[in-house]
Amino acid sequence: MMNIVENFDVYAPRLVDKEEFYAPGHRACGGCGEALAIRLMCKALGRDTVVTNATGCMEVTACMYPTTAWTLPWIHVAFPNSASVGAGVESGLKALRRKGKIADRYVKTVSIGGDGGTVDIGFQALSGAMERGHDMLYVCLDNEAYMNTGIQRSGATPFGASTSTAPAGEESFGKKAWKKNVTEIILAHNVPYVATACTSYPLDFMNKVKKARNIKGPTYIHCLAPCPTGWRLPMEHCIKIGRLSLETGVFPLYEVENGKYRITVDMPEPLRPVTDYLKPQGRFRHLTPEKIEEIQARVQMEYNKLMNKVDSLQSWEELA
Amino acid sequence: MAKLAGMEIAFAAAEAVALCRPDVIAAYPITPNTHIPEHLSDIVAEGRLDAEFICTESEHSAMSACCGASGTGARAFTASSSQGLLYMGEIIPIVSAMRFPIVMALGNRANSGPINIWNDHSDIMSQRDMGWMAIFAANGQEVVDMMIQAFKIAEHRDVMLPIFVNLDGFQLTHMVEPIFFPTQAQVDKFLPEYKPYAALHPDNVVSMGSLGMPDIFNEFKKAQDEAMINSKKVILEVWKDWEKAFGRKYEPVMSYKTKGADVLLLTMGSMTETASVAVDEMREKGMSVGLLDMKLWRPFPSEELKKAVKGAKVLVVMDRAVSYGGPAGPVCAEVKSLLYGEPNAPVITNYIIGLGGRDVTVEDFVKMTEKSIKAKKEKPEKAYEIYGARGS
Repeated sequence: MMNIVENFDVYAPRLVDKEEFYAPGHRACGGCGEALAIRLMCKALGRDTVVTNATGCMEVTACMYPTTAWTLPWIHVAFPNSASVGAGVESGLKALRRKGKIADRYVKTVSIGGDGGTVDIGFQALSGAMERGHDMLYVCLDNEAYMNTGIQRSGATPFGASTSTAPAGEESFGKKAWKKNVTEIILAHNVPYVATACTSYPLDFMNKVKKARNIKGPTYIHCLAPCPTGWRLPMEHCIKIGRLSLETGVFPLYEVENGKYRITVDMPEPLRPVTDYLKPQGRFRHLTPEKIEEIQARVQMEYNKLMNKVDSLQSWEELA
Repeated sequence: MAKLAGMEIAFAAAEAVALCRPDVIAAYPITPNTHIPEHLSDIVAEGRLDAEFICTESEHSAMSACCGASGTGARAFTASSSQGLLYMGEIIPIVSAMRFPIVMALGNRANSGPINIWNDHSDIMSQRDMGWMAIFAANGQEVVDMMIQAFKIAEHRDVMLPIFVNLDGFQLTHMVEPIFFPTQAQVDKFLPEYKPYAALHPDNVVSMGSLGMPDIFNEFKKAQDEAMINSKKVILEVWKDWEKAFGRKYEPVMSYKTKGADVLLLTMGSMTETASVAVDEMREKGMSVGLLDMKLWRPFPSEELKKAVKGAKVLVVMDRAVSYGGPAGPVCAEVKSLLYGEPNAPVITNYIIGLGGRDVTVEDFVKMTEKSIKAKKEKPEKAYEIYGARGS
């Protein structure tokens, strides 16, 4: 499993495009996983891309007028509509290209949003865009809370995490609901390519973005992007915590191509205990051993569910 | 030569939009504008119009998709009504701030509570201050003409603002009227291709929709306001061009039998037609009554309105929406504010009529006029009256 990261370290200068499409000078926090995710994503996408951005950390920190960190064409309209703005961009480019009003060259539309803008308020727009089959990639940059407005819980916040609207206290242990599995929900839209990713596995993430870029039709990548501020972590632990999310089975990395599941980064056998992932993070520091046990059981069950799909589900071609 | 065709006005609106060759149409159905996007989808399906037709999952997404499309430099159109417009509400002010010249046919309908599908102007009035231009059509011919004018006005480089073309739900959308259509060649000559100021394309990279901190926000708003104020010049030019090309005259405030009139009625939208019949009847009875039809709502036609009411003793303002607990109906409050301090300003009365599709007849206009003439002598008890409401 560590091979990929080591390989990346060795070959990165030769493998990865040197051009930056997400320029230095943005105002994200030190150690921000999301900013890193965007930088990697843009390198994988290349020049012929238009990005639509939901309101959120990555929007406010990157485009304080009159500055911008984006050297790709970029548009932000509001919080819930990155996917529908993307649908409009894709349709606009398609119509203008067909009518000869712009250069006859393929330009990919990529919509991004945080977990709030994706799994909660922007979910309807995302579902609509996926259902209609727009030729676009949607990337969710999941830092597991509404970090932009001050660490309020989202549908993607994990069970037990303490947030500013689901705080741990005498009568509460933090968030009472389990993380919404949007990857699976998008899969139910019969989207041809869906994947999970994490900034701690840059090559894996970039390969998935490249793959999605080349698929005509809707594609979705759910990228776990650790947030040192919201997760109550020292900023230098951003990459390490992402690796722990995988090694403990909390956030396995996989892709689903035409219905066929594949684990893309090897999982340790057996998985590390979830405490290794929970302990370093201040948002879980209040959890009792019983709650940690509950989380451990759930993580194991979810992991088993995933492996069951990996082992038994056939691709659509095989089923046809 | 243009041909006269009998057609449902919503269909006619769609035909007019198609003549404008939009690149992207994004819409979600809501009564009573539905026939407009429906017919446009037919036109696209028949191959008469080369456009991307996006059936969004909501009005919020329809307006958002129009933003994305307009951002690429595509000509974008949508239609809505009432709750649909309100559901777009979050995006509506962003469109004007981003200076996207999106055209919307607004089939005016009452806002819900209780739910009601029929016409009044509460939908447009709720979005009055969102930075969109707004024009009102009184009949089917005006709907067709205004739809084409709207693209030319909105896309003018000195304007670059979105625009509502208001057409009363049912009274206009579902009415069949004989309509003159311009030919495609005429429209192509009248309406130039949309040349965006900036477009989302890797060949010319831009960032759109930035964060405006307090040290710049004020200036953004001033720029928007100036664009809106300056748009009147363009609107007047476009209407002059239209008159030259098609012979039909448009003015911000249209006058009917106003010469020397003591009493003026002020209307917007389809009620203008009924009011004009009432004016004819009253003139026959020897009453000195005329009619003003406000076609331009934003930017507000201040100079034209001041000029139009000069010499009148009584001005009867008809509102088709309530500003609950306000000083008057939304239209009247603005008219009063405009005329405050003007020498010899007329006495102004205000009736809120036709809410949620309530019928307003010729006799109603006569009654309101008679009441208003009385009000000139006896100061009215209330600043406005919700006309004809039982229990009042």
